Amino acid sequence: MKKAFSRPQSLLDVPFHYCPGCTHGVAHRLVGEVIDELGIQDNVIGHAPVGCAVFTMDYFDFDMISAAHGRAPAVATGVKRVLPDRVVFTYQGDGDLAAIGTGEFVHAAVRGEKITCIFINNAVYGMTGGQMAPTTLPGQKTKTTPFGRDSVISGYPIKVCEMLTPLDGAAYIARAAVHSPRAIIQAKKAIKKAFQVQMAGLGFSLVEILSTCPTNWGLTPLEAVKWLEENMIPYFPLGEYKVPAAGVI
Amino acid sequence: MRVLMKGNEAIGEGAVRAGCRYFFGYPITPQSELTHYLAKRLPEVGGLFLQAESEVASINMVYGAAAAGARVMTSSSGPGISLMQEGLSYLAGSELPSVIVNLMRGGPGLGNIAPSQSDYFQAVKGGGHGDYHMIVLAPNTAQEMLDTMGKAFDLADQYRNPVMVMADGIMGQMMEAVDLAGDTKIEIPPKPWATTGMAHHTGKNVINSCLVIPEEMEELNLRLEKKYKVISQKEQACDQYMLADADIVLVAFGLVSRICMSAVEKARAMGIKAGLIRPITLWPFPTELIEKTADKTRAYLTVEMNMGQMIEDVRLAVRGRAPVFHYGRLGGMVPELKDVLAEIKNLHEGGTGR
Repeated sequence: MKKAFSRPQSLLDVPFHYCPGCTHGVAHRLVGEVIDELGIQDNVIGHAPVGCAVFTMDYFDFDMISAAHGRAPAVATGVKRVLPDRVVFTYQGDGDLAAIGTGEFVHAAVRGEKITCIFINNAVYGMTGGQMAPTTLPGQKTKTTPFGRDSVISGYPIKVCEMLTPLDGAAYIARAAVHSPRAIIQAKKAIKKAFQVQMAGLGFSLVEILSTCPTNWGLTPLEAVKWLEENMIPYFPLGEYKVPAAGVI
Repeated sequence: MRVLMKGNEAIGEGAVRAGCRYFFGYPITPQSELTHYLAKRLPEVGGLFLQAESEVASINMVYGAAAAGARVMTSSSGPGISLMQEGLSYLAGSELPSVIVNLMRGGPGLGNIAPSQSDYFQAVKGGGHGDYHMIVLAPNTAQEMLDTMGKAFDLADQYRNPVMVMADGIMGQMMEAVDLAGDTKIEIPPKPWATTGMAHHTGKNVINSCLVIPEEMEELNLRLEKKYKVISQKEQACDQYMLADADIVLVAFGLVSRICMSAVEKARAMGIKAGLIRPITLWPFPTELIEKTADKTRAYLTVEMNMGQMIEDVRLAVRGRAPVFHYGRLGGMVPELKDVLAEIKNLHEGGTGR
């Protein structure tokens, strides 16, 4: 009998440590499926961030490097420059990439570094216990914005895709979400395209994935999905922000 | 073939001759000539020079290239080396072979671009967070700067450890004759642990210093401790000059050791039995030799371009068996021969230093 659905080969058979309703697991699975479909499991090197996703190195079944907080695009640059024929990616959260790592991802894009960043935006710091992230929405309550993010004090959410789009070195920039089956299918397409852009040597690629964090949002998993749809998507519109010329990949 | 080279260029050529093909760095004086040299030289040998957006990025690019199995280096000076401390701790924790060059300048803060040895503590006592050591080498001529690079890369690979090469701004800028006739055979050991993709080694490789279970972290700490003990026992290196019968022993490294050699000669001409110990490895510190001289030495004098940093390691080696004094110039100033000589004379006449 034909097996219709199974765990991706690139994902090890170990239980995730993520909270119920967290969408990191979905994003991991999509990355694993794409790597399987592209047949690159033996030639890929992934980079784990600091934050909830630090244990990705235990979940993926291929070579992994644990990078310092925010520095994964710089580490990935070192790897890719030494091994230009390998596929190199980072998996980073919003605190890691868009706060402390702002210099590293921007300049990786500026250089047109042939790496892929999978950027998980759930609008909050997870592992450290729910503090304000650079992508926390105006008015959103976190442990360090107990009265809601006040833009007079704490400014505005960072729009990573919009920032990167004008850069010449950025070849593929997209924002997706994983809150519904339809969105998940779109997210997988974007991840696949990002890897293909890298493999074609076209430049830097990044996929931002809007994700849920029910624990630190103080919501049930179902409420979290609804909150993402109603609050995050209007602020962070989904879609492809930058694509290579038609027919290139 | 003997050529005139700046110390910075000698370091660059030494790295190329050691098989280093990757350099990641950020501009800072007084190490600029090193980057200028490698920006031209590395492409000639199929290597890569990449200017990063910051020292924070540079050291993490080094981390990635080392994880991928390459011989890789960066260089900087005080403020930039401070920015790299996080990365150095990660390199030590993940046991990645790498070479970091520090051409020291006056500090603290922005300080200046004049020569200094004030980053001694930062280099040999840690600098970054956590329990770790770098191997720290201190050449004192342009020739030795060139030759040291081979040694630095070999030690880095042998022990899977970051190695720092330390000199001061003058040594980086000063031109001296360098002999390029030496051995250029490059032997890089295999690195089956490198993250090169599973098609290129057996099983899955992970480069990591994150061990959330304390028992596992302690296991790593103990393994590192064991490695550091082996390095301490095997790799101590120093030069000695007129030491056999000396009762006043100078201890100095790098540029200052050359000034001290002249001071020892002048003192001998005046009938003072002066001698010099010149640490070549600052970590591991050459404790063994210093310890051996403790019982026949009337007084030690460390001469440093700082407020007195290496003096602490000399005192630990001497263990109170003889007094240890310090003479230093600060802020980018260099000790003068006549002043070092005056210190020696003062100690010879029973003085107690400054």
